[in-house]
Amino acid sequence: MSEIAGKLFTWVNTRLPIANTFERHLSKHPVPSKVNFWYLFGALAAVTLIIQIVTGIWLIMPYSNTEEQAFSSIEYIMRDVDYGWVIRYMHTTGASLFFAVVYLHMFRGLLYGSYQKPKELVWIFGCTIYLAMMAEGFLGYVLPYGQMSYWGAQVIISLFGAIPYIGESLELWVRGDYYISGITVSRFFALHVVALPLVLIALVFLHLVALHEVGAGNPEGVDIEEYLDDDGVPLDSVPFFPYKVLNALVAIGVFMTVFSIIMFFFPEGGGYFIEMANFQEANPLVTPDHIAPVWYYAPFYTMLRAIPDPLGGLIVMAAAVAIFFVVPWLDKSKVASIRYKGIYSKIAITLFGVSFLTLGYLGTVGVTEIRKTMSVVCTIIYFSYFLLMPIYTKYENTLEVPKRL
Amino acid sequence: MQNKDKTRRKVLIGLTSAVGLSGLPFAATPFIAAWNPSAKAKAAGASVKLDVSKMQYGQQIQVSWRKQPVFIVRHTDNSLKSLDLSVSKLADPNSDNIEEPYRGLNASRSKSPEYSVFSGVCTHLGCAPKYFPEIEPKPWDATWKGGFFCPCHGSMFDLVGRVFKGVPAPTNLIVPPHMFEGSILTIGEDKEL
Repeated sequence: MSEIAGKLFTWVNTRLPIANTFERHLSKHPVPSKVNFWYLFGALAAVTLIIQIVTGIWLIMPYSNTEEQAFSSIEYIMRDVDYGWVIRYMHTTGASLFFAVVYLHMFRGLLYGSYQKPKELVWIFGCTIYLAMMAEGFLGYVLPYGQMSYWGAQVIISLFGAIPYIGESLELWVRGDYYISGITVSRFFALHVVALPLVLIALVFLHLVALHEVGAGNPEGVDIEEYLDDDGVPLDSVPFFPYKVLNALVAIGVFMTVFSIIMFFFPEGGGYFIEMANFQEANPLVTPDHIAPVWYYAPFYTMLRAIPDPLGGLIVMAAAVAIFFVVPWLDKSKVASIRYKGIYSKIAITLFGVSFLTLGYLGTVGVTEIRKTMSVVCTIIYFSYFLLMPIYTKYENTLEVPKRL
Repeated sequence: MQNKDKTRRKVLIGLTSAVGLSGLPFAATPFIAAWNPSAKAKAAGASVKLDVSKMQYGQQIQVSWRKQPVFIVRHTDNSLKSLDLSVSKLADPNSDNIEEPYRGLNASRSKSPEYSVFSGVCTHLGCAPKYFPEIEPKPWDATWKGGFFCPCHGSMFDLVGRVFKGVPAPTNLIVPPHMFEGSILTIGEDKEL
């Protein structure tokens, strides 16, 4: 029996590089021997992506992408399809947790300089994944055609209208109708379930290929390639398989527990994961009293609101995402990790974190004078973190990075 | 010989690429054009008619044109006079900085002195402002003289849809093409335009 299996394996392996790939990317792929919990969120993001794809495929089956039936087909999934509610809540919980782990993953990058030479492309592919995720999340949120789907989309599509000259015709072109109708919903559906998932999967592939080419980082910012054993393997490394895989499985177990608790007991996330207004069908004639984005867009929405002019707001909001792409060239520090950077970097990243969370909070509540002022202040801090980075990282005293992990 | 061949090859590559690329806009056309409003969507977006003589004085109604709210207000003499009270708060009292089909409409901003007809889509980000005709202090304005308030981002407009200074909305609410034939109001079409 095993002889037949062995022969079959040889037959396939001479035609498809299975053993080679397994060795190169798993069993002989060296990764730093000492990392901390911050390095687990990449694996968790991959798991969440798989959950989203599988639950998404199952949701397409009963969903109807027409103006008349989009909303009622969601109710149908929730009430009439066996276990439909689990699959839908898995998808909505997955969306929020996908953003949660990706935000933590990105913050890890900023903490430990995971964008520094030669990892610029890994970082840029990652930023592009984040951008595609934002589009994917927005398109998906429109599909149930509830009140918040409609009015959220109304606000976002109106942003195109702020572009000079072509704005209004661009808006009409994106909607394909004079309002967000079934025509808009069905094209968003096509983008949400086919176009962007393909883009996302391709980008994740590139993100990982580029990462495996330059090697994973570590919280010390030590270059493990400096000290190799006789076989050319870094001394401070372990093979990815089985060490990191088993390690990640424990994290995945913990993550799944959190995931299940949310999915079964708090699927609406207190109105942050699914907004209450979205339990009403879209009504183009009545705006809900309070329009708030889901929590993962809230920081950028606050920036949009802080600027009185729509075009200015759009530019600031786009710049807030775009600026991540150039971080590898803004950081002039000799060291990668926050552990060895100077006091200015430590203050800057703390202020940045606080301002990002505050912007997020402000995006989910109504506008008052004091909150408006806070939004402006936090937006300035947010941008200062990036724009002043070339200065504070260059002119601060850094500590000596150890030679070995 | 060697050099001549390279030149030939470069010219050929250039020409082939140019011909190939010139096909790109043609190939892209159906994919881009398919996103335009379809003939069906355009037909559904044609004009709507209604009889406005049944409206009460001071009443505001909204009709749906292209599934967007259009506000119609029937003014009293007093409410038209009260417009002057808040004129100093307005950013563009004469609708100079706005692209709409009309110039120099009367004080009610429509083709009838008694009615206002304007889009109920906030010029900021497209929410529907709400009608608050009372002259009384409001949380958003202690000297409120009646008008429209947008719940999304706090833009304020007067009773005829003119925008206040210092709010997110950049322009007055837009007056759509419309015409009165007796008491029949048509929105979306104007034979004089």
